[in-house]
Amino acid sequence: MDFYNIIFFLFALITIVSAFIVVTSRNIIYSGFSLLFTFFGVAGIYVLLGSDFIAVVQIMVYVGGILILILFGVMLTNKIVDVEIRTGASHMLPAAIGVGILFGALTAVMVFTGWKSEPGLVPQTTTVDIGKLLITDYVLIFELLAMLLLVALIGAATIARREKE
Amino acid sequence: MSESLLINLSIIILFLPLAGFIKVVLFGKKFPKLYLLEVAIISIAFALSVFVMYSKLAYYNTKDIIGAFTWISTGNAPFSDVLNIELGIKIDNVTVIMLFVVNLISMLVHIYSIEYMRGDKRYTRYFSYLGIFTFSMLGIVLTHNLLMMYIFWELVGLSSYLLIGFWFEKKSAADAAKKAFIVNRIGDIGMFIGILILFTSYKTFTFDTIFAQIAAGNLPFGSSAWLTAAGILVFMGAVGKSAQFPLHVWLPDAMEGPTPVSALIHAATMVAAGVYLVTRIFVMLTADAMLVIAVVGAFTSLIAATIALTQNDIKKVLAYSTVSQLGYMIMSLGVGAYVFAFFHLVTHAFFKACLFLGSGSVIHSMHHEQDIRNMGGLKKKMPVTYWTFLISTIAISGVPLTSGFLSKDGILAGTLAFGKLTGHWLIPIIGFTVAALTAFYMFRLVILTFHGEPRDHHKFDHAHESPLVMIAPLAVLATLSIFIFYTPNPLSPDAGWFMSSWVKTPEQVTPVDTRFDFLKPSAENIHGGHHGEIVHSVLYTETMHWAHYPAMILSLVVAGLGILTAFMFYQWKKINVDKLIENKFTNALYRGSLNKWKIDEAYDATAINGTLQTGSGLSWFDQKIVDGAVNGSARLTRIVSKISGWFDTYAVDGFVNFTAFFSGFIGLSFRKLQTGKVQTYIVLVVFSVIILLLFFKPF
Amino acid sequence: MFQVGLTHFLVVSTILFSLGIYGIVTRKNAVMVLMGIELILNAANINFIAFAKYGNFGLNGQIIALFVIILAAAEAAIALAIVLNTYKTFSNVNVDEIDKLKE
Repeated sequence: MDFYNIIFFLFALITIVSAFIVVTSRNIIYSGFSLLFTFFGVAGIYVLLGSDFIAVVQIMVYVGGILILILFGVMLTNKIVDVEIRTGASHMLPAAIGVGILFGALTAVMVFTGWKSEPGLVPQTTTVDIGKLLITDYVLIFELLAMLLLVALIGAATIARREKE
Repeated sequence: MSESLLINLSIIILFLPLAGFIKVVLFGKKFPKLYLLEVAIISIAFALSVFVMYSKLAYYNTKDIIGAFTWISTGNAPFSDVLNIELGIKIDNVTVIMLFVVNLISMLVHIYSIEYMRGDKRYTRYFSYLGIFTFSMLGIVLTHNLLMMYIFWELVGLSSYLLIGFWFEKKSAADAAKKAFIVNRIGDIGMFIGILILFTSYKTFTFDTIFAQIAAGNLPFGSSAWLTAAGILVFMGAVGKSAQFPLHVWLPDAMEGPTPVSALIHAATMVAAGVYLVTRIFVMLTADAMLVIAVVGAFTSLIAATIALTQNDIKKVLAYSTVSQLGYMIMSLGVGAYVFAFFHLVTHAFFKACLFLGSGSVIHSMHHEQDIRNMGGLKKKMPVTYWTFLISTIAISGVPLTSGFLSKDGILAGTLAFGKLTGHWLIPIIGFTVAALTAFYMFRLVILTFHGEPRDHHKFDHAHESPLVMIAPLAVLATLSIFIFYTPNPLSPDAGWFMSSWVKTPEQVTPVDTRFDFLKPSAENIHGGHHGEIVHSVLYTETMHWAHYPAMILSLVVAGLGILTAFMFYQWKKINVDKLIENKFTNALYRGSLNKWKIDEAYDATAINGTLQTGSGLSWFDQKIVDGAVNGSARLTRIVSKISGWFDTYAVDGFVNFTAFFSGFIGLSFRKLQTGKVQTYIVLVVFSVIILLLFFKPF
Repeated sequence: MFQVGLTHFLVVSTILFSLGIYGIVTRKNAVMVLMGIELILNAANINFIAFAKYGNFGLNGQIIALFVIILAAAEAAIALAIVLNTYKTFSNVNVDEIDKLKE
């Protein structure tokens, strides 16, 4: 057990435990904050996989953007009288059984498939190469995503706008 | 003085009148006073054309200046040769003289019209039409290829149409405009076919290239008959535009337009475009084509002169006189007297424009009275108009000391030489007859209009001399009818600069065996003469010299006879005209001439009526046969459609309804699955994935 | 010698994915459903990057992951706008009560 393994298990633990809290907590605020730790844990796993740039993007976009958005969603769709905002859950047992079967099947796939594993050389820092790829091979997708973000921005503003009645 | 400067100046001259047109079109309504700018523009164009003419004649007298660029290049299209269509201008001596003439007369007419058209409700539009006409005419003059020639040819046709029908509220004016347009189309079709024959053979529209090919022995479709045909067909355009028989009928009717327009377009410039076209293609005319041209011209001049004898409308007389003189020019080209034809074109432009503007002055002061039977005695009231009119009349009659004498004498000498060399004596006979008739009817016009006692006292009392802007152009044009501008010797044009250095007969390019004998290069010329300078054989030159004095004396005699007769008839009344008319034999001639030999009626009966008859015949065919067939097929279609409608209702609809019912049934059964809850769907998806995994057993 | 390999990352991503599914299926609140979707997307991203590293695909996997993150951002914005609109219309955001399309 070297240091790499320890770090991996640490992040994996953080991720899985916080994700478990996200989906099981009855308090939606707790779920939201738990999600924060999940994202951090995933970011750590990215770093372990040699993707420093993606890890930073993960933190910036997920933590700085999406999570805030979700929290706003929570605030705007509940009449807040207390810190505790409870939400209901249903069919917990059948769902747990079904998801258990799914998990078992997927894990079986993951574990028993004979993956050809040949780790290549991972560059020290990926930012420069990702930047180059973005404006060469992936430039069309890059531009399309820019358009998509613009459309999403306008669309979100239009949909969420309060109608004057 | 560089060549490119001349080219550029010519292009500026060409487009200046168009600028005037555009200006009036854009701003005419806003600034009604802008017609003065129009006059200024044409004056600038005139000044430039004087400069260009001087430079060309002084510095490049024997050199043609050509400025051209490739307009369309087809590259290497399959099944065709490389096709290059050029646009460009060619400046030779003929061109610059025409530039001068057109711009001068156009400018004078612009000035004249300021007063003549004053108060007209379409005053500015009138000037814009004049502008586009001048542009188109200059285009014809400057072009170096047949395509542009054709384009501008149609443009002058259009502007002529617009100006004849300028007062289109009058039915006669609208009809005359239509007539002019349609009759011209007939000629233009011929011209177009002719151009296409040349284009198909040589893949170019450029004059010089075509002529070079012909000179190299490269005939259209390999036959000189096609060359003759091309020449005659292109000449057809001139027949239409220059009002030659049988297409002359539009020109007299065109007098419905404003009188200054008649002077500019239907006397001096546009109708001369036909003659100009023939001078351009002169070098490629074979002997046969030239004979056709000579005969057409001679016949036209004779028939128009006889009609002019008895007309009572002052403008009609002048119109037929114009047709007659144009016939003269065409005839002159046909007999090979190229230089004199062009010379006559220039001199005629001046004195005929003067006559028309003079008649406009008379009409203006007589409150739009055009019938010479109601005039008379105007000499005292309108002295300037009278004297200028008289000078021009003397010129057109061919009295010495005038420009008309010089050019006419040359033409008559040419016909005489032609008669002697080829044996076609009829043409000189017609030529001299027409000279006599011309002198007669022109002096009849002068005497009836200006001499004697006033016959309509009411109108006579109101008559007055026209203002300065109208008589100044008259004076200028009358001055240009005097011999001194063309030659120092009033009896012989040969000594003049016009003949001796400015215009030369170009060398024929047609194959030698298709030329008239006298146009073949003589032996010494072939060996000794330097290229491009071969004019005529010695034979022709000698014959022209021989013909000069007989022609001069004869033309003097016949002109004198004509004038004398006119005075006997109308001034001194020695011969009673009315009695002559009542005489049985002369009455027939009189009525024939008065009714213009019923040519219009003949066209009505044959061409127009024929077209109408054909039309109604076709209409009958349409109604009875075609419509019958259509109706029959419609009935058949109705029966078929009834059957197919029944089939639709019961068989097809039944099937469709059944399908719809079946689908609805299935849908109702499966509807239960749709709970509307998102989570149910997700559960279904998850189970589907699990089933898939089990099914494929990847582990 | 025990060494963390591809399989470990895949198992972590599988756990995340299953938890996401569980969240989507059980929770009523639409915002919670959204959180479950984010978990699933993260699980997918881990797979991309893990395969990119161990399958020797260079940087392509990372770029796809980047695109997924961008799409997730757009999706979250739109989805929350829809949730807000739903809240305005139904006064709650419980997905099992929003089944008007059924009728």
